[in-house]
Amino acid sequence: MSNLRILVPIKRVLDYAIKPRIAASGKAIDLTGQKMSLNPFDELSIEASVRLREAHGARISDILAFSAGPTKSQDALRTAMAMGADRGLLVDTNNELEPLAVAKILKKVVEKENINLVILGKQSIDDDAGQTGQMLAGLLGWGQATQAAEIELKDDVVKVVKEVDGGTETVQGKLPMVVTTDLRLNEPRYASLPNIMKAKKKKLDKETLESYGEGLQGRLEILEIAEPPPRQGGGKVEDVSGLVGKLKELGAI
Amino acid sequence: MASCIRRATTLAATRPSVLLRRNGLRAAATRSFSDLGVPTPIFALTETEEMIKESVSKFANEEILPKVREMDEAEQMDKGIVSQLFEQGLMGIEIPEKYGGSEMNFGSCIVAIEELARVDPSVSVMVDVHNTLVNTVFKTYGSEALKNKYLPRLATSSVGSFCLSEPASGSDAFALKTKATKSQSGGSYTISGQKMWITNANEADIFIVFANLAPERGYKGISAFVLEKGMPGFNIAKKEKKLGIRASSTCVLTFDDVEVPAENLIGKEGEGYKYAISILNEGRIGIAAQMTGLALGAWETAVKYVWNERKQFGDYVGNFQGMQFQIAQAYVDIEAARALLYNAVRAKEAGGVRAGEGFVQEAAMAKLYASQVAQRVSGQAIEWQGGMGFVREGLSEKFWRDSKIGAIYEGTSNIQLQTIAKLLQKKYQNK
Repeated sequence: MSNLRILVPIKRVLDYAIKPRIAASGKAIDLTGQKMSLNPFDELSIEASVRLREAHGARISDILAFSAGPTKSQDALRTAMAMGADRGLLVDTNNELEPLAVAKILKKVVEKENINLVILGKQSIDDDAGQTGQMLAGLLGWGQATQAAEIELKDDVVKVVKEVDGGTETVQGKLPMVVTTDLRLNEPRYASLPNIMKAKKKKLDKETLESYGEGLQGRLEILEIAEPPPRQGGGKVEDVSGLVGKLKELGAI
Repeated sequence: MASCIRRATTLAATRPSVLLRRNGLRAAATRSFSDLGVPTPIFALTETEEMIKESVSKFANEEILPKVREMDEAEQMDKGIVSQLFEQGLMGIEIPEKYGGSEMNFGSCIVAIEELARVDPSVSVMVDVHNTLVNTVFKTYGSEALKNKYLPRLATSSVGSFCLSEPASGSDAFALKTKATKSQSGGSYTISGQKMWITNANEADIFIVFANLAPERGYKGISAFVLEKGMPGFNIAKKEKKLGIRASSTCVLTFDDVEVPAENLIGKEGEGYKYAISILNEGRIGIAAQMTGLALGAWETAVKYVWNERKQFGDYVGNFQGMQFQIAQAYVDIEAARALLYNAVRAKEAGGVRAGEGFVQEAAMAKLYASQVAQRVSGQAIEWQGGMGFVREGLSEKFWRDSKIGAIYEGTSNIQLQTIAKLLQKKYQNK
């Protein structure tokens, strides 16, 4: 039965409550002056790792919060540490990193830090790519369980109840493993004041993108970002036969 | 609002503007400047204060907001919320870690009070009185024994209450009549009298009571004592029904020869009046924060409605020019009040904990103005929403009722004006 060294990658994104506005270029979201927050799915990951520690005590020997992004991402890392991560690592870069690049960086972190469990959000709410966890598992050759609604650890086996279209699916795998979190997994705790205070004393290391080597450039070019077409108003029908007539008219039946 | 609050530079720079006037270079040693050597904006917060702002805002909106209306209608503070406030560390913000507190700065306390008031000024005042009045008295004037006995409880489980006012003494605080008599052996004091307008009394277990040991010496006999709920002769006689902050308990207390052990004297005999003056100065800043939070909460509730929901004559009512002018002016007034508030906060942080001299004017101006703005803006906010602002659903009519107390407690507006005038007179009157 091995000790767990958990890696929790997190991302600083546009706050979920803010309506995104498209920048003048038409190729990006305008983030100037907007409130940024910890990706909600990543809050679930941190909470999950802290709950594993609450359930398994000293078996969870390290929880490392990681982010790759601009310097301000350290705010998100501080929040992660205030929620219970032991230390933080920031790869400070203003480059846009695609999921594959992030996965490659994470692979190096995993190897350097002897990680045996990576818990990621299933997607980030800015690009909604939903790829990083899966790509990381592929690069590492590890088992993966995505969209976790429940995570259970017994000895070196991780059992995960996954959310799937038809309902749920339960899988299990042996450590080391990659798990991605879904909404029903838990309710993240608030960073209480004593924990915010403790977080101030925790270590936050910074590294450069260069130290992670080659092959991190983007392969995709964003051609256009546009708002979805405005919702068309509905129509009113008099009665059931009116409804059936309308549906026939629209070719729906 | 968030866009106006600058993220602190990596030097964690915060800079009060009037600092150099009072305290000269001493202030510069405790604050850093931006890279350009220029003081940063008054609203700059430290990284910790930013985190607390986020965390308390989230907590207030998710845990307190759903219960605000029912607490107000029932005139009762929810017990679950009180426990959660302790769990979140919000009741021991400045208490040192060794006593179980969060050991943070005054600014952190103010940020928390403000964010709570944005959702519920009743919860905010409970946290404010507990932190800025009760905890600070123990921290600053309590013996090591009293600190060890009470600070851990205040940080983790027991609400505190500050008992100064009486039926016959409010603004004229030191005309208080509650008597304390020392026993023959000197081993205890007996306290008799009445207190009125006491916040938190219903929820509190720990009470700081001001009583006069030597009425023949006037205010120089006033002393501060720690009492606990349940002490024989100590009763809550009445809970007031109020216009606003209804969930915050405001009570009449009676003391019928309550025997209090000698070690429950806080600080020195006859020095109670000094402690009260000093502590209320800080408490004033806390009330200013409650009022600015209230003003902001009221304003935000209204603008969300008029800019996103209510249409008349084919347009959002918030798009009509008359409305736009009122909305903008109100916001400017709130920012001005907040600038006075944060200036007072930073003046106090640089001037030291025990200052009675260092930031009196700043604190008085902040409280005076914030309470005025809160009344005005919350009233307008109701009108902007029309009938929807007037009903006892949602938060708007409640904010307006809650705001009225701002001009009354912890120093009425007239008293603040007098304080400010006298301080100005000292500077501008030729000897």
